[in-house]
Amino acid sequence: MLDKTGIAKRIAKEVKDGYYVNLGIGIPTLVANYIPDDVDVILQSENGLLGMGPFPFEGEEDPDTINAGKQTITKLAGSAVFDSAMSFGMIRAKKVNLTILGAMEVSENGDIANWKIPGKMVKGMGGAMDLVASAENIIVAMQHVNKAGESKLLPNCTLPLTGIKCVKKIVTELAVLDVLPEGGFKLLERAPGVTVEEIKAATAGKLIIEGDIPEMVI
Amino acid sequence: MNKVVSGADEAIRDIEDGMTLMLGGFGMCGLPEKTILALVKKGVKDLTCISNNAGVDDFGIGLLLHQHQVKKMISSYVGENAEFERQLLSGELEVELIPQGTLATRCMAAGYGMPAIFTPAGIGTEVAIGKEVRNFNGKDYLMEMAFDADFAIVKAWKGDRLGNLVYRSTARNFNPVMAMAGKITIAEVEELVEPGELDPDNVHTPGIYVHRIFQGENYEKRIEQRTVRKRDN
Repeated sequence: MLDKTGIAKRIAKEVKDGYYVNLGIGIPTLVANYIPDDVDVILQSENGLLGMGPFPFEGEEDPDTINAGKQTITKLAGSAVFDSAMSFGMIRAKKVNLTILGAMEVSENGDIANWKIPGKMVKGMGGAMDLVASAENIIVAMQHVNKAGESKLLPNCTLPLTGIKCVKKIVTELAVLDVLPEGGFKLLERAPGVTVEEIKAATAGKLIIEGDIPEMVI
Repeated sequence: MNKVVSGADEAIRDIEDGMTLMLGGFGMCGLPEKTILALVKKGVKDLTCISNNAGVDDFGIGLLLHQHQVKKMISSYVGENAEFERQLLSGELEVELIPQGTLATRCMAAGYGMPAIFTPAGIGTEVAIGKEVRNFNGKDYLMEMAFDADFAIVKAWKGDRLGNLVYRSTARNFNPVMAMAGKITIAEVEELVEPGELDPDNVHTPGIYVHRIFQGENYEKRIEQRTVRKRDN
């Protein structure tokens, strides 16, 4: 079973040289720490920055330089700053190659819910609806089951949707799965020490298992 | 031409109860904090506020919420404000949550004189309820209307008395598109400079969009999430 760092490390392997990447809040943000040095990527932060750098050194925080999670960050040589309309313009125009974000639920046809629990929690969708509606390559980083032990990989989402038929890949503490265009979660890899039976038990949606499922290499 | 006013109080002199205001900023970053304080002091109420976030409990728009001056918020993300969430869940506050790109682009449309835009954001979700859907090249898009705001209130780094503005780093965010979108636009700046001091090639908001400008003093520029790395790493 993977911890959050493990999920981030496994997703980092999906990031290819030359990509522009948008990272959501939480586990996706950690992915930046594990992208290999020989993979040259530029991180887009939807509040208006291309070329997001690491956190500043203590004492060098700049209140005017933050990421979409409102964390203090740095700019890199070659960074570019722009306004919010242009930021979502480049997202809508599919200039961003990969979007990595968290989710509360994903359905077997690629629907995603991650912004609202009616009557309990309303944080808002932020930029997630824009990202999932336009991105061609979306990876979801999340726990396989919720705190109540219920599967988050479902036949249909029960929470208000963020977007439809958009998620392509999911990485959880248990497994790596593709969401097939015709529907269904195709099991690609098992987390270290996790059995196919355990993944079956934690997946409520249609799970497709073909042949031996390799253990993931991180 | 001189658009300089004495300060925030004069800038908001004709903002009245029930008006619709756009407020720039992303979280605390690039927030027109001086004008918000003046609105709190003036006590205008029943405001509709268009802003990406709702501030935190004791800063930014959170101060207006705390005094129940806001009738309706139009935002994309409101996660860091307990009082906001309480007023929302109890029904005291009307809230329209919209995708962040839709928010920015509805501002842009107003500033470009376009009545509406089409975006795929929100298709198949509750955001699409009651909205016209058009299909272009096999994909569905929602028609979203340009905003119609009485005032846009923005924060810039530098500005001149003609209203030309320059923003600094990611404090730019929603400010340029909101500056273009108000019937009346108020700009507060950290430094008011003379015409000619801003490089025309690097003006972010041309002065034609700005009606009133003043220099704020002692910006607090609060940091919402202070994240740092150790030097020995």
